[in-house]
Amino acid sequence: MTSIILLSVFGILNLFLGFMKSKKALLPLVLLFLLVVLGATVYDWGQNKTFFNNMLAVDNYTVGFTAVMVLSTIFILPFSRRYVVGEEANLAEYYSLLIFSLVGGVMMVGYENLLMLFLGIEIMSIPMYVLAGADKRNILSNEAAMKYFLMGSFFTGVILFGMALIYGATGHFYLVDIANVANNIDPNMAPLLLMGILLVLIGITFKIGAAPFHFWTPDVYEGTPTLFTGYMSTVVKTAGIAAFYKLMNVAFPAVYQEWFPTVVAITVLTLLVGNIGAVAQTSMKRMLAYSSISHAGYLMIALTAFNDRSENAILFYSLAYGVATIAAFGVLKYVADERGSDDYSSFNGLGKTNPLLAFVMTVSMLSLAGIPLTGGFFGKLFLFSAALEKDMLWLIVVAVLMSAVGIYYYFRVIIAMYMREPVGARVAVDPFAAFTLISLVVLTVLMGVVPGLFSDLL
Amino acid sequence: MNEIPEVIRTIPLNLYLYFSTALFIIGVIGVLTRRNAIIIFMCVELMLNSVNLLLTAFSAYRSDPNGQIFVFFIMAVAAAEVAVGLAIIVMIYRNLRTTDINFLNKLKW
Repeated sequence: MTSIILLSVFGILNLFLGFMKSKKALLPLVLLFLLVVLGATVYDWGQNKTFFNNMLAVDNYTVGFTAVMVLSTIFILPFSRRYVVGEEANLAEYYSLLIFSLVGGVMMVGYENLLMLFLGIEIMSIPMYVLAGADKRNILSNEAAMKYFLMGSFFTGVILFGMALIYGATGHFYLVDIANVANNIDPNMAPLLLMGILLVLIGITFKIGAAPFHFWTPDVYEGTPTLFTGYMSTVVKTAGIAAFYKLMNVAFPAVYQEWFPTVVAITVLTLLVGNIGAVAQTSMKRMLAYSSISHAGYLMIALTAFNDRSENAILFYSLAYGVATIAAFGVLKYVADERGSDDYSSFNGLGKTNPLLAFVMTVSMLSLAGIPLTGGFFGKLFLFSAALEKDMLWLIVVAVLMSAVGIYYYFRVIIAMYMREPVGARVAVDPFAAFTLISLVVLTVLMGVVPGLFSDLL
Repeated sequence: MNEIPEVIRTIPLNLYLYFSTALFIIGVIGVLTRRNAIIIFMCVELMLNSVNLLLTAFSAYRSDPNGQIFVFFIMAVAAAEVAVGLAIIVMIYRNLRTTDINFLNKLKW
């Protein structure tokens, strides 16, 4: 709750900071402020409070996911130093929009009422529509903004219709009350409730970019300026999966048998589409988009497992995936800016020209592929062990096979960096971004060596 | 809101449900088939309005104001979405001189 207030106030203040002559102070100020928010968030640890007539809750679940999202944003922002699209004029506005979007994310993990879920989704999405089109004169960015906006508002309508049906069937918007009514639902109302759950499920599946509603992801990720793609694929996805799990866990455990087959089907389909789609790509950015689809599939394994290990597994995986993805997008941004293309070939010989960038990219690719000694390995391990507890061995087999496919396309980048001849000069990286990249690597390795630090928080 | 107003009760609840669903489906079909960004956008608004109607009907029949409060929020958020959406459409128009989404085909696998 403190984080929502702080973020909203600072977002507005930050707009005024845009009037300053010197834009150099902007980034340190925003980072300093986000660190304050992170502190205020973590300070709420271990307390159970509710706000706004119990519509928003602050508990460990909320605090954990809020901290992951704020931390991800802190790691993304340093790459904006040489700015997203070349002109520095609107930097303050972009920071503000990111912060406002973060407010929506916090609401999405803390909601106790469907109204707050809806507001959270919208507050998070509307700034992202703008940021997808941040590169105003670039037709690709325009197209990404348009596609994201039309699809996003369409699926908002679907979510809303679902919520209206749930309200019609149960007469409540509060998750706890819905759960009570759903426990012994009037048979006449049951179809209404199930239809409502299905529609809300479809809408949230769209937001986290899981198949079969993933079709927007590659296009939007490719057209959006890389900085904001990094944000979309980490913070937006974390908020989406946290909201999804909370909805199913608090409101609809009673009708588990009904929604379980749908969620399993979506999980398997997402794993297949994400991993097999990524193999066919020649553009690194599109590969990362498909990889983010496949990671949505891994995260949904915890949802299908649906036991007391799921929350921790989702939290750990979100952090491990977020850290590795941000590092990958950070390196991609610098390489693509310098060499003018985000194809695999622009990474050729990076190991010779920029050993640091190549090393960071290697570690993050290893983590995404789930190789031991990185955070991604334990992330997958926790997800799979949660599923194993539910005796879903076949699902784990599918997921492991798909991870093997993943190794193929993640290693293509590593091979390009170390085995091919350089295609261009050294890529310039400012020291602060280099420092951020190194801390991301340290965090990834730390999660892979002592996972106990992060694994049993909730 | 303790009693359901007589006027509302003259029409049974399931008719409201059918009507809203029909409106919603018309909106969905419009989004899927039309090619002009502004018309697609209008169809999305139609979907949102069908939700508003449904929520109001449920709310009135249950004598529970929560649903109607929700409608206010939907309206406010839809207005914010319109502001952003029209800005994006204007941005596209300046670059392409059209709002036909068939011209948006640069991003493809």
